[in-house]
Amino acid sequence: MKILIPVKRVIDANVAVRVRADHTGVETANVKMSMNPFCEIAVEEAVRLKEAGKVTEIVAVSAGPAICQETLRTAMAMGADRGILIQTDETLQPLAIAKLLKAVAAKENPQIVMTGKQAIDGDHNQTGQMLAALLGWGQATFASKVELETDSVTVTREIDGGLETLKLKLPAVITTDLRLNEPRYASLPNIMAAKKKPVQTLTPADLGVDITPRYKVIRVSEPPKRKAGVKLQTVSDLVMKLRQEAKVI
Amino acid sequence: MPVLVIAEHDNSGIKASTLPTVTAAKKLSGDVHVLVAGSGSAAAAEDAAKLHSVSTVLHCDDKAYEHGLAENLALLIAKLAPGYSHIFAPASFFGKNVMPRAAALVDAQLISDITAIEGADTFTRPIYAGNAFETVQVSGDPVMVTVRMTAFDPAAQDGSGAIETIQGAGDTGLATFVGRELTKSARPDLATAKIVISGGRALGSGENFTKYLEPIADKLNAAIGASRAAVDAGYVPNDYQVGQTGKIVAPTLYIAVGISGAIQHLAGMKDSKVIVAINKDGDAPIFQVADYGLVGDLFQILPELDKALR
Repeated sequence: MKILIPVKRVIDANVAVRVRADHTGVETANVKMSMNPFCEIAVEEAVRLKEAGKVTEIVAVSAGPAICQETLRTAMAMGADRGILIQTDETLQPLAIAKLLKAVAAKENPQIVMTGKQAIDGDHNQTGQMLAALLGWGQATFASKVELETDSVTVTREIDGGLETLKLKLPAVITTDLRLNEPRYASLPNIMAAKKKPVQTLTPADLGVDITPRYKVIRVSEPPKRKAGVKLQTVSDLVMKLRQEAKVI
Repeated sequence: MPVLVIAEHDNSGIKASTLPTVTAAKKLSGDVHVLVAGSGSAAAAEDAAKLHSVSTVLHCDDKAYEHGLAENLALLIAKLAPGYSHIFAPASFFGKNVMPRAAALVDAQLISDITAIEGADTFTRPIYAGNAFETVQVSGDPVMVTVRMTAFDPAAQDGSGAIETIQGAGDTGLATFVGRELTKSARPDLATAKIVISGGRALGSGENFTKYLEPIADKLNAAIGASRAAVDAGYVPNDYQVGQTGKIVAPTLYIAVGISGAIQHLAGMKDSKVIVAINKDGDAPIFQVADYGLVGDLFQILPELDKALR
């Protein structure tokens, strides 16, 4: 069984993001970039499924500028077998990415596409669901447990109020939540080996996909700042402040 | 042209997330329709008809919608889409699951998690865990958005809309509902509670959540939340998580206990009116957003607080 893992290159989760002075976006120069943490969880899950003998091939795919190859190398160092880079310097919005992935899925015929539930840059939380719609496949979003059979997959999902379990026919799209697994660190030998794994480069034009943006960003701004308050000495001070000053209890 | 709101409900009533979504929709049209698609869901439809400024409830009662499966519901939304300028849904796990699917079916680029409406096609939304906000202008017909619940007031329940029965769009058969394990709690719902008390990894165990946080939550009629670290450690269930990818809350009072204040956690609570931080590390980032802070051992402070609230 083949599994396709879309991965995204984003500003590292530990970087304090700064809005650019001209309000056109956030500062990306000299900023550490990493694989989106939710995508790492998807790669890890695929590698575990392969180790368990349920998956035979893992194909990682990324869309963006040439440097996204690094993200594919990270996925391959974790255990993906090969990579596909959809190379473009144009802005990609979730619907366009879903269309690109649909075209890749049509070439590759995976039984499962598994990706992060959201990327921590745009925080859209859309691509997996859109891809499932375009392919006409079932979807299990926010997965915290995946049990793969030969012609179906049972997925436990994190929802408001608890957990939900769905059974999907294959092929299907799964998006991963935080508690599905803890991704491994790639070992040095695996990082070296990943450099020799094949990466195919395609363009949106090769795939026949129109990636024209559907929205334009008018302005990017800082959130309203919260002022630090006061540190109090005793619990009774706190209760008094909450009762008499803030009047919230 | 009317605006369509996709109701989140449990068949016996609408969920609180639907109320601010209706308020947001009302800003764009005087004519708000609400879709209630469920099974045995007459009570939910009646509930929706009471929402302020809702003219029509489209009620679709069909087994295919019993569990709110995205595959079936997205198909129905896509079928209804041509009649609407805008389609709104709450940015809850429910809305996040179904709306992108519906949007892709009608070739619309969804705008997720809006916090402000600046025009019929212009919306503001948080990015990078709320460390920046982008204002975007979208082209599309219809315009589809999900609404951050804490950014809009809940709609009043003083209306009397008409209920119109509609046909379903069929069952795709792609997914089967197996079961649901919901956390049972007599406490207020985390997303809508007036007071929230959250614990972090420093609590040390699930038993300590019960022993130290629950008595205070009981006295304040507060919901209990948690940091990702506390959820990952297994102290409390996943639906307690407050943060970028968990629940977004904005209560009147938020008490963070033993939570250092990672940006991903702050993203979920920094719009609270008053924030209290209790942490043994006086340099923890949580103090930078807290109105009131107590530096010290939570295992001493919490029993004292419990006593002081009696």
